[in-house]
Amino acid sequence: MSQKEWPLWEVFIRSKQGLDHKHVGSLHAADAEMAIQNARDVYTRRLEGVSIWVVESKHVHASNPDDAAAFYEPANDKIYRHPTFYTVPDSIKHM
Amino acid sequence: METAELTQEEQFQTRIDADVRIEPKDWMPEAYRKTLIRQISQHAHSEIVGMLPEGNWITRAPSLKRKAILLAKVQDEAGHGLYLYSAAETLGASRDQMLADLHSGKAKYSSIFNYPTLSWADMGTIGWLVDGAAILNQVPLCRTSYGPYARAMVRVCKEESFHQRQGFEIMQTLSEGTPEQKQMAQEALNRWWWPTLMMFGPKDADSPNTEQSMKWRIKRFTNDELRQKFVDMMVPQAEFLGLTVPDEKLRWNEAKQGYDFGEVDWAEFWDVVKGNGPCSRERLQARVDAWNEGEWVREAALAHAAKRSARGKV
Amino acid sequence: MQDTHTILLPEVTPEVRQQLFDYVLQLADTSLILAHRLSEWCGHGPILEQDLAMANISLDLLGEARSYYQYAAELEGQGRTEDDLAYLRSAVQYRNPLLVEQPNGDFAHTIVRQFLYDAFHYHLLVQLQTGPDRQLAAIAEKSVKEAAYHVKWSAEWVIRLGDGTDESRRRVETAINALWRYQGELTTPTPTEQALQAVGFVPGYAAIQQQIDQHVARVFEEATLAVPQGVFAQKGGKTGRHSEHLGYLLTELQYMQRAYPGMKW
Repeated sequence: MSQKEWPLWEVFIRSKQGLDHKHVGSLHAADAEMAIQNARDVYTRRLEGVSIWVVESKHVHASNPDDAAAFYEPANDKIYRHPTFYTVPDSIKHM
Repeated sequence: METAELTQEEQFQTRIDADVRIEPKDWMPEAYRKTLIRQISQHAHSEIVGMLPEGNWITRAPSLKRKAILLAKVQDEAGHGLYLYSAAETLGASRDQMLADLHSGKAKYSSIFNYPTLSWADMGTIGWLVDGAAILNQVPLCRTSYGPYARAMVRVCKEESFHQRQGFEIMQTLSEGTPEQKQMAQEALNRWWWPTLMMFGPKDADSPNTEQSMKWRIKRFTNDELRQKFVDMMVPQAEFLGLTVPDEKLRWNEAKQGYDFGEVDWAEFWDVVKGNGPCSRERLQARVDAWNEGEWVREAALAHAAKRSARGKV
Repeated sequence: MQDTHTILLPEVTPEVRQQLFDYVLQLADTSLILAHRLSEWCGHGPILEQDLAMANISLDLLGEARSYYQYAAELEGQGRTEDDLAYLRSAVQYRNPLLVEQPNGDFAHTIVRQFLYDAFHYHLLVQLQTGPDRQLAAIAEKSVKEAAYHVKWSAEWVIRLGDGTDESRRRVETAINALWRYQGELTTPTPTEQALQAVGFVPGYAAIQQQIDQHVARVFEEATLAVPQGVFAQKGGKTGRHSEHLGYLLTELQYMQRAYPGMKW
């Protein structure tokens, strides 16, 4: 059964010029061209988009949730990367 | 590191209790995954089987405007089915397998769609009552614990609100119309009221999985709570329309600040659930036929895609 | 939505105005009947994604039909509405070509019917956009974008079915054999169309036919399908001589308005 199923594609839509493409969901299509058209028909019926990306789901590589601590927690203590870490005298403007 | 003592399952529950969303690659208990696949696919099946009773009137809609609205609405239901199948697919279920389970009768869908649509007023009643009930079920699911499901539900709910409004508008037009139209509206309400109350599922006492589902936050209110909310919400709307809810026991209860209402015919409910609804066979057969008759189309598209990629074209 | 457009129509004789009314109705009927046929697929498509695609095309055509009916009602100036025109005319008063009223058949029939119509529709709208009737041109300008998508969609399906499996090829060839005879009517002008062509309101069909032929040839070649030659062209729909299918379609389409006359829905 599974080899007869159309491949699964992930759909990313740019909702307006100037914004990033954002993941909106997935769908099935036999090829890339059809995936784009299906995405148009499924995910942009209410003026949701101006541009579409599709990626066959099997080509998406994701990080492992078990690595979350090692990946993301080390950023926690680097608060000096954020502008709010620094005090600027009130009299200084435009900084 | 204070969670080090907890089992994986306890850690999972801790995250859920803290309202942290579970995402596809996160560890989850097998029972959570299975229950979700069953719940989401049932919901998806309900959307696509639900296209049929209303689809039945697209070709007979009484005006061009109504025809466009109804077609757009039924099309949305196909979209909702698709969003939900996609959410279930993130849990490792394949859409083909879910459909195979629907077609074999193994998977269930909402009992309401096994009733026939006999008049134009049924389009109003389905939009107003049935979608109204669906929204009550669905809005809390926008905050459900499983991320892809919650996101699919946000999209569904956004689109669903137009559905209920168009239904109410049909009912309002009928109830402000000729005596014949008003009668059409009342007759439809009489047929759909009780089956709609059944949509919330069996009584809490007969719904053994509710407790676990609530704990996992894949269900956020019990069946009886939602049914009560629904009645409280709908009775004033029916009154506004000048229609009578077909329940002799319906009374305002000042103490509980809600309506008391009669008992659903549970024998009928279980009959329909078991596949003996007035249109159960026709609904399922229509889906099976569409799938079987579409098989050569799906195969052709795959065969063509394979030929193209062999030729080096995308 | 019975909004009154200002008629952006150059000074015309009552005779031309009548012809224009007939022609706009013909466009309206054509879009409506095809939209209706496509809407019959809703809930029964071969896969969910294509169910949505067909409903989108149907909705586009329905919207286009409504614009034409509203404009026709305005041209007539007798107070009739879009619904009066769609729901209260009999089969012999309908002016759509035979092609669009043909039953859906299997998916191959639906695709071939759609592609033959889309190719014509698209090239016609391109011309109507620059016509002297600004109202018609405005409708065409909006619809041509939709038609461009429709013809892309149906052409790709012709290619997939033609160059897919043995079964899909056999089915699409059967459909082409069944439906090709209705293609000629699209670009065979009726007396009304001829009169309007003479005054420049309807584009000449020879040029459009050439564009359609090239378009169809390109798609059929990619689909590895043969373009039928020397097929007798069945005509009549545009002058009210329909196939028997239309009567049943209208019985269903018009049921409510006929059974409950004069009510608001």
